[in-house]
Amino acid sequence: MKEFSSAPLLWIAVMLGFAALPILPGVPDFWITLWDYIGIYSLVAIGLVLLTGVGGMTSFGQAAFVGFGAYVTAVLTSHFGWSPWLTLPASLCVTGLAAFVLGLPTVRLSGHYLPLGTIAWGICVFYLFGNTEALGRFDGISGLPPFTLGPISLIDSRAAFYLIWCCVLLAIVLSGNLLDSRMGRAIRALRGGTQAAESFGVRTAQAKLTVFIYAALLAGLSGWLYAHVQRAVSPSPFGLHAGIEYLLMAVLGGSGHVLGGVFGAAVVAILKDHLQSLLPKLIGADGNFETIVFGVLMVVILQFARQGLWPFALKLLPAPKPRRIEQSAAPLPRRAVPEVGSPLLQVEKARKVFGGLVAVNDVSFNVKAGEIVGLIGPNGAGKSTTFNLLTGVLRATSGSILYRGQEIAGRPARDVAALGVARTFQHVKLIGRMSVLENVAIGAHLRGSSGVLSSMLLLDREEEERLLREAAMQIERVGLKEHMHKPAASLALGQQRIVEIARALCLDPALLLLDEPAAGLRFGEKQELAALLSQLRSEGMSVLLVEHDMDFVMNLTDHLVVLDFGEKIAEGAPASVSADPVVLEAYLGGVE
Amino acid sequence: MNSTIALFLLQDGVINGAIYALLGVTLVLIFAVTRVIFVPQGEFAAWGALTLASLESGATPGTALLLVVLGVSAAVVETIRERASMRPARLGVMAVRDVAMPIALLLIVSTIAPTKPALWLSVLLTLALVVPLGPLVYRLAFQPIADATVLTLFIAAIGVHFAMIGLGLIFFGAEGFRNEPFIAGVFPLGPLMFKGQSLVILAATAALLAALWFFFEHSMLGKALRATAINRLGARLVGIPTRATGRIAFALAAAIGALSGTLIGSLTTISYDSGFIISLKGFVAAIAAGLASYPVTVVAAIGVGVLESFAAFFASAYKEVIVFSLIIPLLIWRSLVTAHHDEEEE
Repeated sequence: MKEFSSAPLLWIAVMLGFAALPILPGVPDFWITLWDYIGIYSLVAIGLVLLTGVGGMTSFGQAAFVGFGAYVTAVLTSHFGWSPWLTLPASLCVTGLAAFVLGLPTVRLSGHYLPLGTIAWGICVFYLFGNTEALGRFDGISGLPPFTLGPISLIDSRAAFYLIWCCVLLAIVLSGNLLDSRMGRAIRALRGGTQAAESFGVRTAQAKLTVFIYAALLAGLSGWLYAHVQRAVSPSPFGLHAGIEYLLMAVLGGSGHVLGGVFGAAVVAILKDHLQSLLPKLIGADGNFETIVFGVLMVVILQFARQGLWPFALKLLPAPKPRRIEQSAAPLPRRAVPEVGSPLLQVEKARKVFGGLVAVNDVSFNVKAGEIVGLIGPNGAGKSTTFNLLTGVLRATSGSILYRGQEIAGRPARDVAALGVARTFQHVKLIGRMSVLENVAIGAHLRGSSGVLSSMLLLDREEEERLLREAAMQIERVGLKEHMHKPAASLALGQQRIVEIARALCLDPALLLLDEPAAGLRFGEKQELAALLSQLRSEGMSVLLVEHDMDFVMNLTDHLVVLDFGEKIAEGAPASVSADPVVLEAYLGGVE
Repeated sequence: MNSTIALFLLQDGVINGAIYALLGVTLVLIFAVTRVIFVPQGEFAAWGALTLASLESGATPGTALLLVVLGVSAAVVETIRERASMRPARLGVMAVRDVAMPIALLLIVSTIAPTKPALWLSVLLTLALVVPLGPLVYRLAFQPIADATVLTLFIAAIGVHFAMIGLGLIFFGAEGFRNEPFIAGVFPLGPLMFKGQSLVILAATAALLAALWFFFEHSMLGKALRATAINRLGARLVGIPTRATGRIAFALAAAIGALSGTLIGSLTTISYDSGFIISLKGFVAAIAAGLASYPVTVVAAIGVGVLESFAAFFASAYKEVIVFSLIIPLLIWRSLVTAHHDEEEE
């Protein structure tokens, strides 16, 4: 119900007024019919908002899934005499299966290849519908039965209104619940690229496929409704042009807002209705001239309001209340802390070769539990590459990396995370539009288990409260409590680095890898960070950090490893390393 | 199937493939210079064919009026958008180039058209009308968001496609047309019979590709376009006006599009919405080449043409399905070989 939480009374009034529309005297039939179709389009648009705006996957092929939903019920009711109610599971199953088959390759496409792929299968599915004998070729199937409720037939647009809008309301509530959950945060994290999400244990390919199938199921539901409201199906409403119109609804409404999808559907449908009666008269010929307006509208939205129009409407509503943190929620179970001084990380002759370049040349070093180790060296020394080898982002060419006695070289990032290794990034990887709290909660992904269904049905609330309480605690610990509910992008860059540390702490790590944590911090903030890291060390946590600020490193670390041109050139206590002539040579070009 | 049919299908495929090659090469060119995946490239081809058809029938082509509409729109929009930095000289340039010239062209064409001009003159007029539309489309739709992500530019290109389809319907009507062939008649060549038009297409494609190669390798302007393609910021820093390179790329695209339109117009019926499917086939080729290599695009385009012509023979109803489902494995392959760049959040 989060969607309506900012102004509940207003929304209840809007809904009651809307529900009364069909029974109010004097409301013309064509209005009700128009709103029926807006509801049907809204379902597709809501799915697209989740897929495109939230998950970052732009699809022009959504109309194809509407087609699957519509054709399944059309065939079952017209050829086999099923009741329309019974065909709903079949429609959803076939749509879901089609989405699974098309989604498997699609979600693996990167960047702009993904929307191109959706155009390709969008066209293929259209021609398949149009050339299949059993589906009536390009003529389609007509004379479908309307929905009936006992003796009452929902043939009247006023009766169908309630069925359609109940479906829409359900979709809004379920989608809102999904977004506001553990899996929802994982899906929202996809927009920031897969690397950060994977580093906290999110199976990004699975998260992408999940949202892809969910969006397709909403489209399938829309198709099922469409078939029995329109009472005929043919390929053209499921072609690429329809797919582009659905995307326009999502772009117009605003990426990232479920209600924006409904808003976009309403704008496009009403505009289309008016333009289709107005433009042919104006031009003096018949045709779908509204495409000109739609095309121009799409370009104008991209030029002037890339977030869509719904955010403007949201500004008129009171700001949503910040998420309440349940202080009484049970704390999450913690990992057993390794004994101080025991070997935690053993890097043995790790090597990484890019083509002919040896970026990391047989580097060996150890990190013991409860110590802070600094990895230093001039630019290009191979520090970040070493980091990526340790966290599973890159695969070592040879050598071994043991973490608590287990080989982790070559294992994917999310496995390394599951073992208790958390990291921050040199280039901050937060989701700017999500609040600090939600960003940090992604760190606790592996400490929860709720899936998509339980979050939609709100069965995950107890776990959710525990996860959020943990996130809030870590934010407080790093000293950003007053920023908890702000969008991450509104913080200064130095503070965003600290948010990344809080996110890493949420994983309950035994080993923390920090990539230039002090960059962009002011002097006072650096002192606070050093105090925080010392405190973590006293609690038994180990830290490996890459840093250029020598004062910071020298005062904080127990042990230093110095890299230059991919090779380890020195190692030892900070004081001895800083006096080592080889190190001085590497940094300053020799001592005279 | 015997060898005669096979040879016939092959010939048919190669000739269609040559057209797809022209469109595919243009898509690569536009993408390289502007990062726009220009889906509506086929609309320029359709407009070229329809403009020529109008001139052949003695009517004033819709593109003449469309040019005036888009020219005036671009001038007005740019004046409003850049009112703070607008200088009288720039206003003067726009008044002449975007308003006066299109109107003059409209007057000239409507005078010449009823006389049913000779073919060469008609083709020249077609180019004169369609080529300026390219930069106008770029200025209206893409120039203001030239630095946006590839994805945003792509969605904008889909919007432009929608608008261009509708405009085509207004200015040309829903009817389809077929042009006169440049060279009528059929020529025997070994066991094969070649239509004159087929030979024209092959020759024109080869000449255009050679001209493009010369342009990019040996002219200063071509080198500037290549520099922009490799690094926009770097190009700007060494003094190449990247706005202008975008316009030039779109002018080239419109020119090649219009020419391919006049070439295929006699082989198949073209209507306002025919361009999309044709350019999508050029697309398959461009994607096979990673939107990067011109020679690979040409080879792949001919492959697409041949595949399509054989698919049409064996399973005519499913020929589009066969051609377009080819894109998916190509895309997966491209996704795997291109380095993973995390998409930046907008």
